[in-house]
Amino acid sequence: MLELKNIHKTFNPGTVNEKTALCGLDLKLNEGDFVTVIGGNGAGKSTMLNAIAGVWFVDEGTITIDGDDVTKLPEHKRAKYLGRVFQDPMNGTAATMQIDENLALAARRGKFRSLKKGITAKEMAYFKERLATLDLGLEERMTTKVGLLSGGQRQALTLLMAALVKPRLLLLDEHTAALDPKTAAKVLETTQRIVDADNITTLMITHNMKDAIAHGNRLIMMHEGRIIYDVSGEEKKNLHVSDLLAKFEEASGGAFANDRMMLN
Amino acid sequence: MNIINLFNALPGACAQGLIWGIMAIGVYITYKILDLADLTVDGTMATGGAVCVMMMISGHSVWLSLLVAFIVGCLAGLVTGVLHTALGIPAILAGILTQLGLYSINLRILDNKANQAINVDKYDLLVSLRYIKDVPFYRNTILVVAVIIALLVAVLYWFFGTELGSAIRATGSNHNMSRAQGINTNAMKVIGLILSNGIVAFASGLYAQYQGFADVNAGRGAIVIGLAAVIIADVIFGKIKGNFAFKLASVSFGAIIYYIVLQIVMWLGLNSNDLKLLSAIIVALFLAIPYIKTKYAPKKVVKKGENADA
Repeated sequence: MLELKNIHKTFNPGTVNEKTALCGLDLKLNEGDFVTVIGGNGAGKSTMLNAIAGVWFVDEGTITIDGDDVTKLPEHKRAKYLGRVFQDPMNGTAATMQIDENLALAARRGKFRSLKKGITAKEMAYFKERLATLDLGLEERMTTKVGLLSGGQRQALTLLMAALVKPRLLLLDEHTAALDPKTAAKVLETTQRIVDADNITTLMITHNMKDAIAHGNRLIMMHEGRIIYDVSGEEKKNLHVSDLLAKFEEASGGAFANDRMMLN
Repeated sequence: MNIINLFNALPGACAQGLIWGIMAIGVYITYKILDLADLTVDGTMATGGAVCVMMMISGHSVWLSLLVAFIVGCLAGLVTGVLHTALGIPAILAGILTQLGLYSINLRILDNKANQAINVDKYDLLVSLRYIKDVPFYRNTILVVAVIIALLVAVLYWFFGTELGSAIRATGSNHNMSRAQGINTNAMKVIGLILSNGIVAFASGLYAQYQGFADVNAGRGAIVIGLAAVIIADVIFGKIKGNFAFKLASVSFGAIIYYIVLQIVMWLGLNSNDLKLLSAIIVALFLAIPYIKTKYAPKKVVKKGENADA
């Protein structure tokens, strides 16, 4: 359903800060895939997600979603295909707006925004129902400003918003990395539940190798702007963190002792 | 320093404050809702009056003149919006460029004169400083402008509750999130700038009638007065939990308070030439207060995750 072909992206070309972030990246996702993405800092994981989301245009290559070529589609137009959750909990919601208003914005993703009412009574009832599935009591606080919620609550709400209109593809960019371990575990659990409920095709970046093994049916490892390891099915289920570490060492020539990956 | 003089001046201050209150509502849309500082208004605050007065002098009705003033203001906002979004010029600079260009345009509209008078006895004006006392109550400028503000607040309350209006609010709140939800943030900014400048030009049309002339310099420092009204409203009414309509209405109260305070300091003997300096100092102080508070008297920080029950 998603197909990346020979994607290249270089930031600040021709300057001292030139950085090749993606370098001939190829990836093909099947309908219903839940793919976890791991890799060291600067491997190009977030860059890949941003390329898919259209935060900027790629230098070379094509991106197709369900057969539609979206390579030249601006970010806000690509949004109709995509649900996104970011690393920073502040990023995925409008802090100065209410919970119900945020959901109403998400309910209109990919649709034309007219002069009709921004939120209807029928929607309110539906939102309440959906919020209750998060089990955070947010359904009783629908008119609370999102800025007053905790990071974990905001990430859970962002997840709900991303899946409110079923996306063709869900992009999760280390969405639990800024949370404390207990909250992170709960948000991850919510993620799994939402993905399973609608069988959503998902790309999830994580720094936690255990999570990368435990979730999803496929795992890819990135290094220097390319995919260096792609494993799925039974083989993935039998993976151990030590296997991944060995793969890493092999790829980076053993020079990743200081990498953040080690901390997990 | 006769207190009677002050009391006699207060109705006039109220009327002026209300007219500037309309202008401040325009500023509120860009400054508070879209989080943009739009300096175009220093130009449109003169343009609206120029258009309105010249049209009335050439025989058009007051309502048509105000409508055209509104539309011309919208066009000025469109120019700033395009400079900012399509051409990537920072918002403040884009506003300054439009404002500078408008100065020449305003002079052309005014037939190359610095000002054009419109006689309240010869033309059927909607508001005037002569309509403060000794007129039937329904012609009273204070009432007329108050009714206009009530209508404007009602329309904006409706608009910002629509799908489109919500998208504009979301753009000002978090543009990353907005784009991820499929909102064309550039288009929203342009719409906000258009609406804001249209309202400011409309206020300018009223202000020119009130004073009895359109002046090419009428908009000098307008953004500061608009911001002052927004900030005063925030400081005095910010603690009251009110809906969006209340917030908009409070901005016009902020403008009234600003004009009453000005009237008082003038009554206390301040030279009117020093007023702009005083306004600048007051607005600078109020803009600085939030920063000073966080920098020198930080609130206790609640550790992230401590209260997280998610």
